[in-house]
Amino acid sequence: MFRRLPEIAAAGDAIGFTIDGRPASARAGDSVAAALLANGVTACRKTPVSGAARGPYCMMGVCFDCLVTIDGVGNRQGCQVRVADGMAVETQDGKREVEL
Amino acid sequence: MTQPKQGGEYDVAVVGGGLVGSALAWGLARSGQKVAVLDEGDIAVRPSRGNFALVWVQGKGLGMPEYAGWSRQSSEDWGGFAELLREQTGIDVAYRRPGGFMPALSEEDLQSRANAMMRLHNQPNMIRYPYEVLDREALLKELPFIGPEVVGGTYCPLDGHCNSLRLLRTLHKGIGLLGVDYRPNHRVERIDHRDGGFRLATAAGEVRAGKVVLAAGHDGARLAPMVGLSAPVRPQRGHIIVTEKTAPFLHHPTNYVRQTDEGGVMIGDSFEEAGFDTTLQPGVSSAIAARAIRIFPLLGKLNVVRSWAALRVLTPDGFPIYEQSATAPGAFVVTCHSGVTLAANHALTLAPLIAAGDLGDRFQTFSARRFHVPQAA
Repeated sequence: MFRRLPEIAAAGDAIGFTIDGRPASARAGDSVAAALLANGVTACRKTPVSGAARGPYCMMGVCFDCLVTIDGVGNRQGCQVRVADGMAVETQDGKREVEL
Repeated sequence: MTQPKQGGEYDVAVVGGGLVGSALAWGLARSGQKVAVLDEGDIAVRPSRGNFALVWVQGKGLGMPEYAGWSRQSSEDWGGFAELLREQTGIDVAYRRPGGFMPALSEEDLQSRANAMMRLHNQPNMIRYPYEVLDREALLKELPFIGPEVVGGTYCPLDGHCNSLRLLRTLHKGIGLLGVDYRPNHRVERIDHRDGGFRLATAAGEVRAGKVVLAAGHDGARLAPMVGLSAPVRPQRGHIIVTEKTAPFLHHPTNYVRQTDEGGVMIGDSFEEAGFDTTLQPGVSSAIAARAIRIFPLLGKLNVVRSWAALRVLTPDGFPIYEQSATAPGAFVVTCHSGVTLAANHALTLAPLIAAGDLGDRFQTFSARRFHVPQAA
């Protein structure tokens, strides 16, 4: 659905991370939300109450629709976190878990 | 639906469309009354949109055992009430009664709670109800994630909670289905008792009714004297913090902290005398957050998504007022600060009595006459 603009397709160093355990690639400087979209993941979570699918929308920290689990911590705003080498990003099914 | 009575467009005008007014309107309409609800608008001071949603019995009624019994009755009837609402409207108000805890952070605190429960149950005319005083080991079995400072707590199996915003919405849907005429932006300016009925001058014209029920919360203090009643209420501010929605971990409500049916954790129970100022006080928010984290340290990992301050409707002794006017018969005042807990009673027990026009002896205790004590010289 999304493609990088040609002039920045090669910008930034390649980054390796995982989406639900599957290897994925991004560019340094990408937000997690942008990296998910670039990898074809348009639905990154299901809502806690109705279970409806949601994906990154505003990309600027306002809508809270890009919530994902990053390195084990749930409800992170994907658009407000830069993707990093080795990062484990998981789509979130409903409510976040809190470790007891 | 009954025909409009002589001298009045409605059998009953309920002043106030919050939890108290809408529960009464629901019960009155089910009793066959033609009802209007005269409400303010969106900017009304409305504790029904800011409360903590407990249906709570534990500890209530020290100084008025009849209030303990009244709260207990509502707890017993709440399940059936929620079921009636669900059958009528299709909405589940998420009422659960798993029993509630009051965790204590010091031995003194635990001891004073235990003493208060004992004094409560030693009152004459008190109908005893089950409760337990638990030490840390016993509490850990029920709430394994309490912090190291928690020394124990009290428990009462009658305590529960619901989704109170949904309750308000459901009651409004319910009164609509029952043919109640809900009128927002009808702030009542004046009430005249005339020809055995009532004329209510409102911001949007006159409304006539055979009976009038003042369920206007904070505005009761202004309205009650218009019909020979009194409702000496004052606002008491409380702060609430809500976290992001998380997987269920807290299966019992506590007096400070509860997890909602949808997963958010509510943190509350502050008490401030600040008039009608609902400005959020960061010092108070941090204090209740810090206490909640001492009780349940894992809350420290959660993000806060909302916080607000709301105003309890408090009488001088904290107990409700239920009374019919002696000088303007047919005018009733109903005011309390536990509009969620007592919703079942208001809908199922009180409303039919108001419909019949007589509260009976049981409610003598709740008359505002208890405040009319001459000052000692």
